[in-house]
Amino acid sequence: MPPQPFRLPQGGRIDRSRSLAFTFNGRRYDGHPGDTLASALLANGVALVARSFKYHRPRGVMSAGAEEACAFVQLGEGARSDPNCRATQIELFDGLTAASLNCWPNVQLDFGVVSDRLHRLLPAGFYYKTFMWPRRGWLTYEKLIRRAAGLGRAPSEPDPDRYEKRFAHADLLIAGGGPAGLAAALAAGRTGARVILADENGEFGGQLLWRDAEIDGEPALRWVERSLAELSSLPEVRLLPRSTVAGYYDHNFLTVLERVTDHLSPFAAPTATPRQRLWKVRARQVVLATGAIERPLVFINNDLPGIMLAGAAQAYIRRHAVRPGGRAVIFTNNDSAYETVAALSEAGVAITAVIDARAGDTAAAEACLRRGIEVLRGHAVIDASGGHALREVTVAPLDGSATALAGAASTLRCDLLCVSGGWSPTVHLFSQSGGKLAFDAASGCFIPGESRQAERSAGAARGSFDLAACLAEGHAAGLAAARAAGFAGPDSPPPQAPAQAMSPIRPLWEVPSPHQGRRDRKFVDLQNDVTAADIALAAREGYRSVEHTKRYTTAGMGVDQGKTGNLNTLAILAGETQGAIPAVGTTTFRPPYTPVTIGALAGRGVGDFYDPVRKTPMSPWHEARGAVFEPVGKWRRPLYYPGPGEGMEAAVRRECLAVRNAVGLCDASTLGKIDIKGRDAVTLLDRVYTNSWGSLAIGRCRYGLMLKDDGMVFDDGVTTRLGERHYLMTTTSGHAEAVFGWLEEWLQCEWLGLDVYLTSVTTHWATAMLAGPRAREVLAAAGTDIDTSRAGSPYMTVREGHVAGIPARLFRVSFTGELSFEINVPARYGLALWETLMAAGAAFGIEPIGTEALHVLRAEKGYIVVGHDTDGTVTPYDLGMGWIVDQKKPDFIGKRGLRRSDLVRTGRRQLVGLLTDDPAQIIPEGSQIVRSGASLAATPVPMLGHVTSSYWSPALQRSIAMALIEGGQDRQGEAVEAVLPDRTLRAVIGTSRFYDPEGVRLHG
Amino acid sequence: MLLIPCPWCGPREEGEFAPGGEGHIRRPEPQAASDQDWAEYLYYRTNPKGLHFERWVHAAGCRRWFNVARDTVTHEIRAVYKMSENRPEGL
Amino acid sequence: MADAVPVARSPLAHLPEAAREMRDDLAVSLRERPLLGLLNLRLDAASEAAQRVKAALGFGLPGEPNRATGEGGRSALWLGPDEYLVVTEPGGEAALARSLAEALQDRGAVTDVSDGRTAIEIAGSRARDVLATGCSLDLHPRVFRAGQCAQSGLAKARIILHQIDDRPGYRVFVERSHAEYLWLWLMDAAAEYRAAT
Repeated sequence: MPPQPFRLPQGGRIDRSRSLAFTFNGRRYDGHPGDTLASALLANGVALVARSFKYHRPRGVMSAGAEEACAFVQLGEGARSDPNCRATQIELFDGLTAASLNCWPNVQLDFGVVSDRLHRLLPAGFYYKTFMWPRRGWLTYEKLIRRAAGLGRAPSEPDPDRYEKRFAHADLLIAGGGPAGLAAALAAGRTGARVILADENGEFGGQLLWRDAEIDGEPALRWVERSLAELSSLPEVRLLPRSTVAGYYDHNFLTVLERVTDHLSPFAAPTATPRQRLWKVRARQVVLATGAIERPLVFINNDLPGIMLAGAAQAYIRRHAVRPGGRAVIFTNNDSAYETVAALSEAGVAITAVIDARAGDTAAAEACLRRGIEVLRGHAVIDASGGHALREVTVAPLDGSATALAGAASTLRCDLLCVSGGWSPTVHLFSQSGGKLAFDAASGCFIPGESRQAERSAGAARGSFDLAACLAEGHAAGLAAARAAGFAGPDSPPPQAPAQAMSPIRPLWEVPSPHQGRRDRKFVDLQNDVTAADIALAAREGYRSVEHTKRYTTAGMGVDQGKTGNLNTLAILAGETQGAIPAVGTTTFRPPYTPVTIGALAGRGVGDFYDPVRKTPMSPWHEARGAVFEPVGKWRRPLYYPGPGEGMEAAVRRECLAVRNAVGLCDASTLGKIDIKGRDAVTLLDRVYTNSWGSLAIGRCRYGLMLKDDGMVFDDGVTTRLGERHYLMTTTSGHAEAVFGWLEEWLQCEWLGLDVYLTSVTTHWATAMLAGPRAREVLAAAGTDIDTSRAGSPYMTVREGHVAGIPARLFRVSFTGELSFEINVPARYGLALWETLMAAGAAFGIEPIGTEALHVLRAEKGYIVVGHDTDGTVTPYDLGMGWIVDQKKPDFIGKRGLRRSDLVRTGRRQLVGLLTDDPAQIIPEGSQIVRSGASLAATPVPMLGHVTSSYWSPALQRSIAMALIEGGQDRQGEAVEAVLPDRTLRAVIGTSRFYDPEGVRLHG
Repeated sequence: MLLIPCPWCGPREEGEFAPGGEGHIRRPEPQAASDQDWAEYLYYRTNPKGLHFERWVHAAGCRRWFNVARDTVTHEIRAVYKMSENRPEGL
Repeated sequence: MADAVPVARSPLAHLPEAAREMRDDLAVSLRERPLLGLLNLRLDAASEAAQRVKAALGFGLPGEPNRATGEGGRSALWLGPDEYLVVTEPGGEAALARSLAEALQDRGAVTDVSDGRTAIEIAGSRARDVLATGCSLDLHPRVFRAGQCAQSGLAKARIILHQIDDRPGYRVFVERSHAEYLWLWLMDAAAEYRAAT
């Protein structure tokens, strides 16, 4: 066979000077730049491209665009393998490989075809009524059913390509670069407005790329060329070919997916260039020039390879120089298909007949007859046959209402059937924008009705199929949009095209069949194998609303989102439910318009960029030391520092003992710090904390508890008075932003008159926490001009001066219960301070300590961690911290909340200590607590509370735990049980001040 | 993705803001408030289908709180006004 | 040990490329401007304190949102109706903070935040495109020019963006804890454009 037997010797927008080699189903073929995979396959005579989703019926190419519902392939191999690609939208490149989907062992001989033989047992929703015995069997049946049906395979390797996102702002975004879109772009671009023109094709021009047309007295394609040249010269116009406007969201926010290098061989694309780019566009105005999609006709076996949309046949001939067949029949209910007749004649395809469902005389039919082409008026194709490819069609006359046949049928041999049921404006984006659709009964389609956003539709997207109208509407929309965006342009005439007289369409939603039978072979949604019988079944079973029909039958739910099938589905449903089409309505149009790769949605937010980690100035030291990290909010903090051969338990034990017996160093830089200045600083503190602040002297620190207005604990921290009207508040690491936002909210919304200003200084200060009996000695060795003695720096005070030559604030506060100094230095010196302290402390046995050791040490003292021992449902009284609630204050946030009946009742869960009978057993955190001896067989088992914190205590050489237990404060000494998955642990309730309960070591 | 017109910074992407729930919620006088009053202040909101007066804060921007009158069905923003200003009439 | 001068580090000090000089021949170049003096200034812009601050600064605070004023090595960036970021040469913050505090006379607040953020400078003919990969601000010269600033997001970090000249050149202030992430992200985003001129 000669190469490319169906390639026309001349014409087309392909580059014949270059040959592209590609592989399909393991066989090698050739094509040209300008081909799609679909056109190249047709040129090579490959009619059978895939097997359908459910019945594994043979399928070929039925369209030339995004609406393709049959020719799905698996594109590429390995990590770049892409499932469910429409062959009609894949630009051919050298080295392309693709394979048919959903067939085994191959597309010619597919065992799955047994589903088609059994189709009467497998109508829509069959899985709701069958495969029910035995019940357990469903788990197996489901796997088999899923394997039998299906689309492509997702790659399992990581995506090797780079994807990017780009924000863009435009005065006007135009979706669609056909005649209407180009006219709009010219009109708006000439005013100087910022215009983005996007088209999903690699070439602008839309239908002009394959239709015979004239604009402004010259061939349309020349107009396209000149328009593009002008648009390229306008600095504020951005042309985006190969870019699909994928979604229309609120306030004129739209996404545009640009396929930057998909048309290039993966190995030819430059490395830093992204494969795809997702544009996130905020447009002052939008013009939707998205064209229209041709509808197939619904008759028996209307899905055979060789049956394609009439416009597509024309596109393959004129754009790709491909002869879509050798002998053609055309079946139409409107004038547009007659252009295909002309194109087929030009390409040397024999035309058996034109089957026109319209009985009356039309100019187009007359013109055909004059050229000697047979036209059967008032007829329909009622059946097609041919196995793997079309061989013949059966034709019969229609009665007056087109709902029944009115005479004998005859057969016509052909290998190509071009069908046209009319055109549906592509209203997806309009609908996504919130606009209301209106039904145009004359044209038999939905058109844009009332807009909700600053948007206009133009051309075929509006139901104007005439070229002159497309140009005029595009021009007007572009000018109006530019003016609305503030760019004045003079009135100017639109590009002109000759008027076309069109005879009306005759809507034909379902072709009648002999005895009205075999509706189960009339395909409405070709991708999901949904037939007219399925829609009738859905209606019969009560799924009469279009949303129910869609889900019950899966019509419109495929990758093609029902682009060719939706209106036929609605119309048939309307017929079944005796409603009018507009009353049936449409289902919700959802973005994206065509599938978008997950990679494009992720952009560069992958790998290390996925979730940025916040680091402290000391982080390089922790990393070099081999610390094991844990996430704390967005921070990454050292959990522990393993020594050689040490696991976590041993490391944490060592770190804790270092703090108790010598000295430890902890990076506490992540704590939230808020600088507070102003005359009303004390008023603010009094209102947001439970305790009072007026008595705090300069240089002194106080622990504060913060509640929400429901009375529940929100945050805690030490706040220090630095000056007359100057305070520094600290918060927990995880709540720094939340507390800052909380305070600002109250100041800006409720307490507008307060004279106080807040500044976040969390990252301005680095904090090294030096804790342990030898802490002072380390400071002395490091060198300090601050009097760190007991008298010079008493517990809960701050001193300013220098440590190791670094300006520092020394806070004598303790979270560990040992003598402790939190040294705050400007963050630029954080690492220097840390290194100096570690060096100075070496002689005293200093150890770096992580958050785990810190948590153990504070638990030994019974100190709470907000968010660990509290969960937003715990009050200060529940925590045994009534001492910090100053009820004498007239009001503070949470004061009224605390008085609510549920918060003052008895039996609330209260924080207590737990010591297990067996000191070696550590209760897992979160374990439920039950009465001692309670039967675990009851349903439910009464739960008294749960364990909030639980550790091995190196200081006490036994386990310790804290728990919230009902009435816990009155249950001192009582035994309870903690429930583990396989056993229970008996424990006794006691104080949570396990270690140094008098706090002697604190004041050292 | 809403475009929200901050009274100071002008229109910015929704991601720069944090929602603050229904606006004009009055904090009752704590001494006089019953538990029901306090619960309504804390938890009860009108949740209308249509015009909603709500608060937003320009969290990633100027950090100011302000009020927005937004239609919860169409997301149309009908008015934006500062914390210190009254609810606009006739929307 | 007390005599040794403590080492001051910017958050990108461990990344040598961050210290590179800006190059005019590249479509986009990046560098850190480390350890600038940064003061957070809060006050009522209509007050007398604001007049005294103007005298101490040598120029008036910006009167409109998202504008920057400045002279010599100092600038003031509008952050909010009562909040400004005062930028000065490295080392100048202590003295300036004192003079501003004196001017305020407790009718406002000035706080040293120099170590809380660092500045990354990005400039060149493609600088806007690089920023547009992660920032939703409209930076078109019709809308955003030298002397304008804005707080927004860049990738997953919060930033203060200040356009300093018409190359265009921008200063991106980012919190110290996110600086390394943002630097690496910007280098990655700029890769596509760095070769071009």
